[in-house]
Amino acid sequence: MSLLQIREVSKRFGGLAALTDVSYSVNQGEIVGLIGPNGAGKTTLFNVVNGFYPPTKGEVLFKGEKISHLKPHQICGLGIGRTFQVVKPLRRMTVLDNVVASAFLRAKGKAEAEDIAFEALRFTGLYEDRNVLSKGLPLGSRKKLEIARALATRPELLLLDESFAGLNPSEQNELIDIIRKVKGKGITIMVIEHHMKVIMSLSDRVVVLNYGEKIAEGTPKEIGSNSLVIEAYLGEEEGA
Amino acid sequence: MKKSLPIIIILLFLAVLPLIGLSSYIMHILILVIIYSMIGMAWNLLGGYCGQVSFGHAAYFGVGAYTAGILYSKLGLSAWWGLLASFPVLTVFSFVIGFICLRLRGPYFALATLAMGEVLRVTSENLVKFTGGDVGILLRERTWVGKTWYYYIVLLLAMGTYLLVKKVIESKLGYYFVAIREDQDAAESMGIDTTLYKTIALCLSGAITGLAGAFYTNYMGYIDPKVVFNLHDISIVTIMVVMVGGVATYWGPTIGAIIMVFLAEIIRSNPGLGAAHQTLFGILLIFIIIFLPNGIVGDFQKIVKLFKPKGALR
Repeated sequence: MSLLQIREVSKRFGGLAALTDVSYSVNQGEIVGLIGPNGAGKTTLFNVVNGFYPPTKGEVLFKGEKISHLKPHQICGLGIGRTFQVVKPLRRMTVLDNVVASAFLRAKGKAEAEDIAFEALRFTGLYEDRNVLSKGLPLGSRKKLEIARALATRPELLLLDESFAGLNPSEQNELIDIIRKVKGKGITIMVIEHHMKVIMSLSDRVVVLNYGEKIAEGTPKEIGSNSLVIEAYLGEEEGA
Repeated sequence: MKKSLPIIIILLFLAVLPLIGLSSYIMHILILVIIYSMIGMAWNLLGGYCGQVSFGHAAYFGVGAYTAGILYSKLGLSAWWGLLASFPVLTVFSFVIGFICLRLRGPYFALATLAMGEVLRVTSENLVKFTGGDVGILLRERTWVGKTWYYYIVLLLAMGTYLLVKKVIESKLGYYFVAIREDQDAAESMGIDTTLYKTIALCLSGAITGLAGAFYTNYMGYIDPKVVFNLHDISIVTIMVVMVGGVATYWGPTIGAIIMVFLAEIIRSNPGLGAAHQTLFGILLIFIIIFLPNGIVGDFQKIVKLFKPKGALR
């Protein structure tokens, strides 16, 4: 059964069409990669799913129910967590408090919220840094903090917006392991990524956007050999 | 037990303070300090923890003061009922203000609150039938001639405020307030209903400020719009109290209130400086923002370092 259905979603900002009739669905338990050149509308699509923008046209369904008129906090309450491309740590809070604040969504009291937070921190390997103010964290840990915070809301669907950008190869591998573990917990994931290596090794399916339109959808292998995609996006990289 | 010892000592000290025969003038200053520390704590809840900087806290103070005043002048009740009445009145009033202003973010919210405070002052000056206009409201007799009981009552109110703020900040509300302050979009995507929690912060803050206002009416025995809706003496000084003492700290507003009130009195009582007191406040604020951005409580470590001998640093 498909967990998330995006139906003919369009989003316009004034005269600019950021998304045009994008439709696809995400099935329970899979990792779907969302790729496309800069400005293709990937983050805009996340913002529509997550509730920051209402779609101009079309609708988004989560577990069969329409969510595209809801506010971000309500959508989060229904079970969609997200991370941000430009990380948004709560700077003057410790790493632990960042995650506790998030964990209160599902917790009855502070003790339970802390338990959930500890679990999320151990899971993402941030437990040792828990008492550091989050503005003092290096980028790699900030990206993990985004994930820990999203996990603490106990999501069924996790939206990862370029969690790998700016990481060195060893940090990337670490994060790939974390994401595989998240999948192992039965959480469905939609991930925006530029690193082809990451997207090809993680994704079960890949959706390609270009100028706000979906130009291809399929397994990583199919996408790698799709001529439209190569023309729009992979281009030179194909020979490499 | 060890942790609460200093607090018990401070409380005992404050409790016996009126018994040692302080002059009525000093008692007045102490009561002012406590009133300002109460408003400061209230402002801190909204501005310091939740990050919604208000330049119009005189509005809540004034509405609280007039709640007590109007109960007396129109309904013939004791103005002390104002302490009880101000809570529901201010909660509703803050809710309405929040509904209008909290859809704005950052500087726009601050400007809206500034405007609101001024609008209320002008309104109360002109609603002569209801508020008495510029003539104000005079309580024909104050409950006590001396200051001692007023001191104990406001001390109790301030202690209650302190405990309430502490309780709120250590709970889920506190985490949510700070999350909203640090990043509203992130907070929203963590499942926090930012509009709701900002409104809660505003209602709490407004209700406490209004309570202080209602006490003020009883204590002074006279209010008029220029005093209780005063932009500088209430709204701006409240912000300074918190900035000087320490934003988002438990004791900051109290420390700030002590410094600001005593400083104001010292400057005013010096004939050569008296007229320059707003100028000096401005300079102090600039100094604080540059050197102690977290206030005296927040940057206490910095101050300690300054006074240590240079060699000890290495």
